[in-house]
Amino acid sequence: MTEPQTDTTDESSPPPGAALLSTGRRIFAESRLALLGLAITLGVVVTAILAPVVAPYDPTAQNIAEAQLLAPSLTHPMGTDQLGRDVFSRVLYGAQLSLQVGLIAVGVAIAAGVPLGLIAGFYGGYIDETVMRSMDVLFSFPAILLAIAMVAILGQSTLNVMLAIGITYTPIFARVTRSGVLSVREETFVDAARAIGDTNRSIIARDILPNVVAPIIVQATVSLAFAILAESALSFLGLGTPPPDPSWGRMLSNSRNFLQTAPWTAVFPGLAIMITILGFNFLGDGLRDTLDPQNETEEGGSI
Amino acid sequence: MAYGTYVVKRVLLIIPILFGVSVISFGALQLLPGGPVEAAFGTRANAELVEQLREQYGLNRPVYVQYFDWITNIVFDLDFGQSIRTEREISELLTTSLPVTIWVAGAGALVSVVIGIPAGIVSAVNHYEPEDYLATFLAFLGLSIPNFFLGLVLILLFSLYVPLFPSSGFVSPLDDPVQGVRHLALPAITVGTAISAVVMRMMRSSLLEVFSEEYIRTARAKGLSRALVTNKHAVKNALIPTVTVIGLNFGYLLGGVVIVEQIFAIPGLGRLTLTAITTREYRVLQASLLVIAFMFASVNLVTDLVYAYLDPRIKYD
Repeated sequence: MTEPQTDTTDESSPPPGAALLSTGRRIFAESRLALLGLAITLGVVVTAILAPVVAPYDPTAQNIAEAQLLAPSLTHPMGTDQLGRDVFSRVLYGAQLSLQVGLIAVGVAIAAGVPLGLIAGFYGGYIDETVMRSMDVLFSFPAILLAIAMVAILGQSTLNVMLAIGITYTPIFARVTRSGVLSVREETFVDAARAIGDTNRSIIARDILPNVVAPIIVQATVSLAFAILAESALSFLGLGTPPPDPSWGRMLSNSRNFLQTAPWTAVFPGLAIMITILGFNFLGDGLRDTLDPQNETEEGGSI
Repeated sequence: MAYGTYVVKRVLLIIPILFGVSVISFGALQLLPGGPVEAAFGTRANAELVEQLREQYGLNRPVYVQYFDWITNIVFDLDFGQSIRTEREISELLTTSLPVTIWVAGAGALVSVVIGIPAGIVSAVNHYEPEDYLATFLAFLGLSIPNFFLGLVLILLFSLYVPLFPSSGFVSPLDDPVQGVRHLALPAITVGTAISAVVMRMMRSSLLEVFSEEYIRTARAKGLSRALVTNKHAVKNALIPTVTVIGLNFGYLLGGVVIVEQIFAIPGLGRLTLTAITTREYRVLQASLLVIAFMFASVNLVTDLVYAYLDPRIKYD
């Protein structure tokens, strides 16, 4: 952070929300990529919300006798799967599941990682060492493998998938937050707050946190893409969302047996994942360019 | 801090991390409801047999004794114990599957370099030209396509519709170079694509940075052609951060290998791990987690050391 918001110590300053909103306007004026990303992301969100209205069929309704593996047509725009379920409806409802898992998983990672990073960065010393070395241990497993192992231990359920992905991404948020804290910890306005007798808790919440929000938002956007990808990957491996819920990853996994005869069962859910991830990547990249110009290539892409 | 001191510090730092990793890998077994014997035999186990096996495998001892026993056997004898279900030596399972995984990961890294570096050069040389936008767009696509989807698409196109490559299995290129390469082709492209996008973007940005340096302008001012300056001076210097980015993405590469081994039925570490989960073979799971994390930590260490050695500007902290 090169521009700490020194005005946050001032009682009469506008609420941080207003500053965030004007930054938001600036980002989308400057970066077309971010705008495109936002459009795709909003499209996915709207799809998820409107799924019950738009979907022509119940996503879990089977019809093996009459509608097994039908090719795309007017009645079934994306064809049907091996159980006669409408692929279009399942793809639409899949957006709901993906976003839900992604948001909660990233929420878990933020809820755990940000406080850890704040504490480690602010207090330093052995607290910092202990927290960050434990994060390093979690970082020593490839992300998807750690998630796989955790689901194996916790048991297979949608909730555990969210928890596993959330814990896997906790160290990233702890690191991002900590490095933000380190760069503002020595600023004059922190000294000033200390001099007028503010408690540590109040300094962290009112002076430090608002200044590390930007890199956390960038990281959250990028992590959403990875969390959605991770859920699909786990489901693809048969460890994610249990059936019959329409998970894109599981749909792809099921399609493997009919790849040649019914490629539509693979292509549409695959494209759905790809477009969603693309949207979040565009958005994250655009946000990074404007909000966090120093951090160019850190963690280019680790799932 | 001198480089020597940095190396020592960095190597020492890996010991507590490996200790933590071993505790987590071992802990997986302890958190399991019922324990490893019940898990392996499920409902077929009767109480007497379970007790007998727990005795045999030393599972009735305190947890810390079991951990100490487990880790000392691994550190001093490379003995990972036996699979409870198949009674095979786990070290044997690891030595057959580890080279397979290294082949797939290596081939994936090769693909990422072969695609990523030329694409990055083209992109940087034609900065803000259509070529640059096309390469950048393709890089985003590469980053966004899930490897499990890409794998299925490749199988569909190049082994079902046009049967050029086999869709499953593994042959070591050392035993049969032709069959080996044919079997590795699709998995390597599947794993390498996403990383090639990262490599391309890194190559592009570091090449652009080099282009702005004084000595490049000097070389151009001397009248050297653009192509000559790019090839002779710039590319070499831009390669350093680009190669390190492959090291930094090794975890991602390994994660991709786990999935690719499953898609293409390749008998590597990833498949061993997943099979251990589905058959509830927790001893095998512990061992494979430990080995993968060890590989990952070693590559991270080497990447850091190489980077610190190559880039004298880095601050050792």
